[in-house]
Formats: sequence, structure tokens, C-alpha cells
Amino acid sequence: MADINIAEQDLHQEDGHHGHDDHHHGDKYQSSFVDRYVFSQDHKTIAKQFLITGMFWAVIGAGMSIIFRLQLGFPDSDMAWLQPLLGGWIEIDPVTGSGVLSPDFYYALVTMHGTILVFFVLTAGLSGTFSNLLIPLQVGARDMASPLMNMLSYWFFFLSGAIMFISLFLNTGPFSGGWTAYPPLSELPQASDGSKAGATLWIISLVFFVVSVLLGGINYITTILNMRTKGMHMFRMPLTIWAFLITAVLGLLSFPVLASGFFMVTFDRVLGTSFFLNEIYVAGEALTTRVGGSAILYQHLFWFLGHPEVYIIILPAMGIVSEVLSVHSRKPIFGYKAMVFSILAIAVLSFLVWAHHMYMSGMNPFIANIFVLFTLIIAVPSAVKVFNWIATIWGGNVRFNSALLFSIGFVSMFISGGLTGIFLGNSAIDIQQHDTYFVVAHFHIVMGVAAFFGMYAGIYHWFPRMYGRFMNETLGKIHFWGTLIGAYAVFGPMHYIGMAGVPRRYYKFDGFDAFSQFTEINQFITIAAIIVFVLQILFIINFFYSMYKGRRQTEMNPWGATTLEWTAPIDAGHGNWDGEIPEVHRWPYDLSRYEDREFVMQTEPLAEGEMDGGH
Amino acid sequence: MALLIGTLCTILLTVFVVQIAKARELASVVRADASEEYEVNKFHAGVGMVFMVAFLVACVWSFIYYTPIILGWGPNIAASKHGVEVDYLFNLTLFFTGIVFILTHIALFWFAWKYRGRPGRKALYWAHNETLEMVWMIVPAIVMTFLVVGGLQAWNNIMTDLPEDAKSVVLPGIDNDKEYLEIEATGSQFLWYLRYPGRDGVIGRKYFTQINSKNPVGQTWEDDANLDDFMTNEIVLPVDRKVRVRVTARDVLHNFYIKDMRVKMDAVPGMPTYFIFTPTVTTDSMRRRLSKRPEWQVPNEDNPKQQRWETFEYELACAELCGRGHYSMRNIVKIVEKEEYLAWLDTKEGGELETVVDSVNNVTTYGLKANSVKSQYFETVYGKEGDPQKDNAKIANMETLVKDKVFIKKDLAEAKALRDATQYKSAAYNKADKAMADIETQLNITRYTMVLADSKAALANSNKILAELKANTVVEVVTPTVVTDTAATVSVTDSLPSETAPEEAVNN
Repeated sequence: MADINIAEQDLHQEDGHHGHDDHHHGDKYQSSFVDRYVFSQDHKTIAKQFLITGMFWAVIGAGMSIIFRLQLGFPDSDMAWLQPLLGGWIEIDPVTGSGVLSPDFYYALVTMHGTILVFFVLTAGLSGTFSNLLIPLQVGARDMASPLMNMLSYWFFFLSGAIMFISLFLNTGPFSGGWTAYPPLSELPQASDGSKAGATLWIISLVFFVVSVLLGGINYITTILNMRTKGMHMFRMPLTIWAFLITAVLGLLSFPVLASGFFMVTFDRVLGTSFFLNEIYVAGEALTTRVGGSAILYQHLFWFLGHPEVYIIILPAMGIVSEVLSVHSRKPIFGYKAMVFSILAIAVLSFLVWAHHMYMSGMNPFIANIFVLFTLIIAVPSAVKVFNWIATIWGGNVRFNSALLFSIGFVSMFISGGLTGIFLGNSAIDIQQHDTYFVVAHFHIVMGVAAFFGMYAGIYHWFPRMYGRFMNETLGKIHFWGTLIGAYAVFGPMHYIGMAGVPRRYYKFDGFDAFSQFTEINQFITIAAIIVFVLQILFIINFFYSMYKGRRQTEMNPWGATTLEWTAPIDAGHGNWDGEIPEVHRWPYDLSRYEDREFVMQTEPLAEGEMDGGH
Repeated sequence: MALLIGTLCTILLTVFVVQIAKARELASVVRADASEEYEVNKFHAGVGMVFMVAFLVACVWSFIYYTPIILGWGPNIAASKHGVEVDYLFNLTLFFTGIVFILTHIALFWFAWKYRGRPGRKALYWAHNETLEMVWMIVPAIVMTFLVVGGLQAWNNIMTDLPEDAKSVVLPGIDNDKEYLEIEATGSQFLWYLRYPGRDGVIGRKYFTQINSKNPVGQTWEDDANLDDFMTNEIVLPVDRKVRVRVTARDVLHNFYIKDMRVKMDAVPGMPTYFIFTPTVTTDSMRRRLSKRPEWQVPNEDNPKQQRWETFEYELACAELCGRGHYSMRNIVKIVEKEEYLAWLDTKEGGELETVVDSVNNVTTYGLKANSVKSQYFETVYGKEGDPQKDNAKIANMETLVKDKVFIKKDLAEAKALRDATQYKSAAYNKADKAMADIETQLNITRYTMVLADSKAALANSNKILAELKANTVVEVVTPTVVTDTAATVSVTDSLPSETAPEEAVNN
């Protein structure tokens, strides 16, 4: 698709010797199909690989949620029709011929849904896609610091996904102990079928995923710190880059801790150690040699990753939304430096709040005091960001395209989901709300739907940058309004179920008087979820259709943006710019600054006596 | 079939939508009209306004509609002392966040509408405003401070452990900081093992290697405190008395969760955790409360003769994923008045009266029926091979204590028979009633004590009271007395745990 005139590019290479030209790999690496589309080292291609793999997993992960939503909404219905897809996991009554979903598989679906969405879709698919696509283009580099490591990052992710995919077909079923994989459940094959081979593959898969994140993260950080083009000071970087930088730092600091936790789980599973086991009697046997460990220790290790992980998911979305809101409101982002510092504050605080997932875990309740304090402090930088986004719209000249709509949707979701976090962060309220549907509603809105909205905003906005065409706007808008309303219809009512105390991860509720009263709400949620799912399929149709048949991009900078990615040719090949890499002279938000000009690109030198913006 | 039709319809609809979208895109390219973009802006900004209004209305409406299930509203009011604080904090947070939620949503969609792209319009170059930014940093910080301080106060009140000199007793006093009832819940795949301490108030030691099918939590029988511990399928607790639940797990993590009590605590293998709470609403009063709610005045699903509120029970659930049966770990929790609780304890401790009638000498003797004392120990270990306690004098003591209790109960039954033979509220009736109350006091002493001498003295007192009553009653039954309204109605005397001050009873 990138139709490059090799001779011309080589010519440019010869005369344009800029500081970073050493990293211009030209086309010798893209000579064959395999090098260009499979083992490509071009960050733009790798970004597309991340995106499309992420979409594949999103369909699987969301499809799983539809199956278990059917169980929750219509627990008594006949599921025999799912047998061709799920095989033995649909247990057929030999007399009546009607089928029920096996509880083991229900829990496997819940576990896989969480794992896939959190790691494969919202970490790899979101951060992987946009960090790869935008970091070199927006800082003015020809590629990542190490294109080889970048390629490996994707292929480790692919390997990780392949292993996870294989685990879906195991005889004993995929891992079913929840995406948090708390031991002892995740360590004792006697306690759960999913903790047999399923857990082994799950852990192997995620260890490879950690490798992928680290390879990617090191690259992102190095590229941003070392390969900015001339004039690109840290405070001239677009907020997307700030968000990707901090995301990568978070990942680099927290994923190894997760890996160490997983290694300890593996030692417990394989070598007979007892890091997380103590005084256990299971399957008619007392595990007398497995004493002295602490199950809570694992939770500390897990959430030391797990909490930064939610910011790893949401920060890139925040960066994208800041950029998209600013460009399509034709206004500078409000409070650029406040936005940067709030990202930094959130990042620092995100390492000090992990135990707010563990208030009721049996850890010393005194410790909770500190975690309540830091958790609620996060509300302050988060509030600053929300108000700044709203202020960015204020006084703008807002273009209502799909990218902008999804950004507004993001802000709405982030507000709704963020506010419920204030309930859960307060340990006293968490006594009641912990592990109820209130939590499910909270995190799905604030890091699930919101992150998806950020991702969609990014895809609609940078689709021309990726494919040289535009996505279909009509479909985009149907996609947006349907998803916005549908997502609130799915997760809004869950708050009420949660207030009524209904616990999450229940296969069915009919055993409990208190939890079985919400049949209608559960049916409503399931139907809404199916509609939202169909709308996402519509998006995928739009995506692939527009890739080949969408309206062609004719101008280099169709949105009137100021950042460097729009200075590269529409069909830029490996190396991004044909000639010299651009030099930066001003901050990225000179939108509507001058009477006669709607925007001034970062590459344009400051006029005599002109101050750089943002001060 | 329905599925097939549904899928086909969805596919057709999708194709239809895609075709229209394609046509629109082509048309707009052909027209290449800038004014169309402004029309699009106006349309979607307008849809945004409609959405915002509808969304906020839906939120408010659903809040009103679901009021009965919101914490602290309707019947979903905490049934425990600390739970009220939780509900209050929830609603305080709801108030602040509700305001922010509504205002920010109005601003978001209204600004987008107001500043939609229009012909000739130019956006402001407004990059920052320090005053404004300080305001919206400091205001949330202040609100958060309130919530943090309130939350942490409540949290530390709820989670602070009992004072070191506090003691677990069978029936703690009301508002007595030094007394509590300790029970134990052990999570297992996929049921709860519930253990009560028995009359000594102390839960015996356990160790996981001791677990077997007859000893599900692994009690160590060498520990005397285990002799009277009993297992139960339902938690029965006296209202207004402090309870400390010792939460443990046998295999994997579980979570001890009683929704209405606002009680939740993980069960961790090898590490006991604790939750202290005081139930304040009995199951019966909760049913009465629910009986006023229309949504509870519907026939029960399982038994249409009953209304839903009539079968309400507090429920214990598991709230930490523990495997395939996680959703099925249900036990009933009954909050009852003290008398009912004590009667329940008696059934759990067992002890039956054995009457031996010697028809030759015309003498009736009483005794404790063999093997009628109940507890996990007495039912599964006592007298069997390998009973490590078989020579322990405490077992005989236990039996004596239970025997004394059973004997006093016999006295009580006799006194009741005498009372019921008299005219209601007559002087004789009142006298017998008083005697019954006195005997009950003695009964309660034997119910809690581990001291043989105390129990013996109580039995002697009881016998004496009954004897006196019998002596008096013979005369009075012959001459019926005038019924007086002023006769004191004697309530059943309050329980007196051996360590409790007598004033305690008066307060109750």
C-alpha cells in the first residue's frame, strides 16, 4: 500500500543529512512480502498488526461476554443451540434434550474475557497500536529506537495470544480462576479443572505478554527521550506522546512484578514450593508439606501491577482524547502543562494505591488508611483533566465527526466511571460494595468503555494516517450513538444491582432470595449487550471496508492539525519522511491563534518576536 | 429458528445500513458542500443535547424507581450497628458525586452544542487560566478531604479489634465493650462450616491435618475448649449483641458476606481473619418492615400461599471466586431475640431427661439420658476408639452441667404447670409466675457456667423455689383470690452470664 519511489527516496537520503538519519532504514528491509507485512520492522506496520490482532481478540473476548450474559440474563433457557460452538461445555440433558452452560466453562469465559480484554485488547491493542503509530511520527523520528525489538514485541504478543487461544480448546478447559488468578485456586489442580493445564498455558501466555510489553516499552521510552527531532522539547510534545511515555514507564516498572508473581505461582505449581499456600485441605487430602506461605502476598504482587495496569490502559486513551478534542474543537488543549503534570501525578499515585483492591482481603486494616488517602487523592488530577477537556470544548468551533464524538463519549464515560471510584476507594463503603456488580459497573465504564472510546477516537482520527483513506462517517456516527447509549444501558443498571448487594462472578442467582430479584434487569442488560456487540461488528465492517474502499485522503493534513505525523506523505514508507525529517519550532497547539490562519504547524518557525505558545 | 431469523435480520439490517452509509458518503463527496458539514455539526450537537437530557432524566428516574434497593433507603437499610455508618457514607458520597455528575454532563454536551462549528466562526485561542485551574483543583481536594476523613473514621471504628481483656461469652451484654460472642465460619468448596463455641464461649483449636469426614474443620480434640463446640447449618445470633466472626478457609479463598449486615471478609487458608459486628434488626422485624413494601407483597415463587416477605431470611454468601460452585454457598442467618437464641442453644447442647419409674417402690427417679449431650466432640469422638479425652474429668463435668440444666428445666416445667392451673392474673398465678422467673434465672446460670459449684447451687436454688411454690400453692388453689389489675407482670428475667453485672439485666 505504501507505494514508494525508491530512487527518489534514496536521493533525498543523500542530500538530507539530519541528526537522526542513521535510523532511516530505507526499503531494503521491505523488499519481500514477508518483510513488509509479516516480520515488518516499520513501526506503522507493527501498529496495524497490533490493531488488527487486538480487534481479533476484542471480537473473541466480547463474544465470550455475550455467552455468559446469555447465561446471566436467561439462565433457564435452552442453550443446546450453542453446542456446535462450545461442544461438551454445553451439558445436554439426555431426557429433555435441552442444554445448560457448564459452570466450569462459565467461569472460564469470565476469566478469559477479563484476561483478553485487559491485556490483549486494551493494553496491546490500544497502547501497542497508537504508541507504535504515533511516537516516531509525532516526535519526528524515522522509526523506533530499535525496530527489531519493536517487531519482536509484536511477535511475542502474537505468541502469547496463540498460546492463550490454544488453551481454549483444552479438554479440562481454559483457566477459570478469574483474571486476577488468586492462589490457592489458581495453584491447586484439585480445586478446579481450569487450574490444570489451562492455568499453565495461561501463565506461559502472560509471561510472553510481559516480554512483549517490556520490549515495546523500552523502545517507546528510548525513542521519546532520545530521538525527538530538532526543536522538539519535552514541553513541545503533543499530549499523546506524554501519555505514551508515562504509560511505557508504568508498564516497565509494574509488569516485571507481575512476572515475578507468576513465576512464584509456577514454582508452587511445579516445584512444590509454598509461596502462596498454607494449611490447605483439598480433595480429601491435607497438603502437609505446603505450609508457611501467604495467599495475600500474591495479591500484593498482582495489584502492584494490576493497579498501574488500569492507568496503562486509560492513559493512552486520555492522550488520544486530548489531541482529538483539541484538533476538532480547533482550540489548544486547555491547560497543557496541567495536563502533563496530572498525568505525572496519576502515574506516581498509581503505584501507591494497589491495596485498595484488597481492603477486604484480610490484610491488616490499618494499612488501608494510607491506601484510602492516596486513592482519593487521585480524584484531584483526574478532576483537573476532566475540567480541562470540558474547557477545551468551551469557545471552540467544534467539528462533529466520529473521532470527536468518541472523545466526548470518553469524557462522559470517564466522569461516570470515575465518580463511582470515589465510592469504592473509600474502604468503609467498600466493605459493602467490594466484589459486587457495583465494582463491575465501575471498572467497565471507567477503563473498559472509556478506553474503547479513546481507542475509537484514535482510529477514526488517525485512520487516514494509517491507510490513506477515511472511515465512513455515517457508519461511524451510528456506531458512536448506538455504543454510547448501549454501553450506558449495559453498565448503568449494574450499579443498582450492585447497590442491592449482588456479588459478581455468580453463575446464577436463584439460590439466594436477595440476589434473585433482578431477572428483568439482567435480561435488559443482556439484550443491550448483544446490540452493542452487533454495533462493534458494524465498526469492524466499516474498518475493513474503508481500508479498501473508503474515501481517499487527498490533502496531507486533512484535519488541519499541527503535529508532525501530518507532514509525512500520505503513503509514507519505512522512514516516514522522504526528505529531511522536519524540524520543530513551536508547541503543538497553535490552533486559532492568529486572525488570518486557523492553525500553524509545529514545523513553522516562530516569527520575529513571537512567543511559543503554552506559556 | 428464532435465532436463525434474528441472525438473518441482523445481517440484512447491517447490509442495509452499510449501503445507505456508502451512498451518503458518495453523495457528500459529489456535492462537496461546506455547508453540509455545518448541518452535520448542528444535527449531532443537537443529538448530544437530547442525549444529555434523556440520560440525566433516566438517571434520576431510575434512582427514584430503584430507591428500595439503594443502600440506606427503603428496606435496604443496614441491619447492623456499623452498617448504618456505611450507608451514611455511601449516601454522602452519592450526594457530592451526583452534583458533579450532573453539572459536568450538562457542561460537556451544552458547550459542545453551543460551540459547534458554524460558518464564519472562529475558535478562541484560550490555552490556560491559572485561577480557574486552581479553583477546580482545590474544590475537589476539599471535598475529597471530607470524604477521606469521614471514611477513615468509620473504617477504623469498624475494623478496630476488641480490647485485649474482652471475653467471648455465650450471651454478651448489650453495649458491653468487654464481651462478645465469637463464632467461626470456615469456607470450603462449596459450603460453609459454621462453628459455635459452646457454653464456654471459647472456640477450640483446630489444625488442618486433623480434618477428615467426621471432623470437617480439623478440631484438635486434646483441647478442652473443643468439647462443647458444635457445628450448625444456620447462624443464629441474638439481636444487639456484639459478634466476632472468625473467618477461615479450608482450601481456597472464600469471602464471608452477609449483605444486610454490611459484613464482608475474605477467608484465607492458614490465616484467620475477623469481622466484628452487632446485628440490630431481628429477622422478624425485618419481615415486618418488608411487609409494608409492595414489591414484597407478592406471592412467593416456591410457595404461593405465602407472601415474599414472610419467608425473608438474612443470607450468608461467598463473595470471592472459589471455583465452579462459588454461587451456591448459601446459609441462612437468623437474628433473634435473646430467649429464642438461648432456646436454640439448648437444642444444640442437647441433654435429655430420663425418667425411671420404680413401680415396686413407687419411686420416680430422674437422670440424664446416656449420650444425649450434643457437640461435635460428643457426637463424633466421645466413647469411640482413639478418643484422646476419654479419661478427662471435664467430660463428666460437662455431663453434670448439662444434667443440672435439664433438671432446672424440669423444675421450670413443673412451675409452669402449677401456674397454668391457676386463674390468669390471680395472686397465685402471679406468685407462680414470679417463681418461674426465679427458676429461669437459675437456668441461665447453668446455661453459661463451666463451674460445677455454681451449677450445683443454681439447681439447689431452683429446687428450693419450686418446693416453696408447691407448699404455697396447695392452700391457695382452694381459695380463689380476687384478680387485681395492679399485679406486676413479670417479664422473663434477663440472662445473667456469670461475669455480667446484675444491673445489665435491668437495662434490658
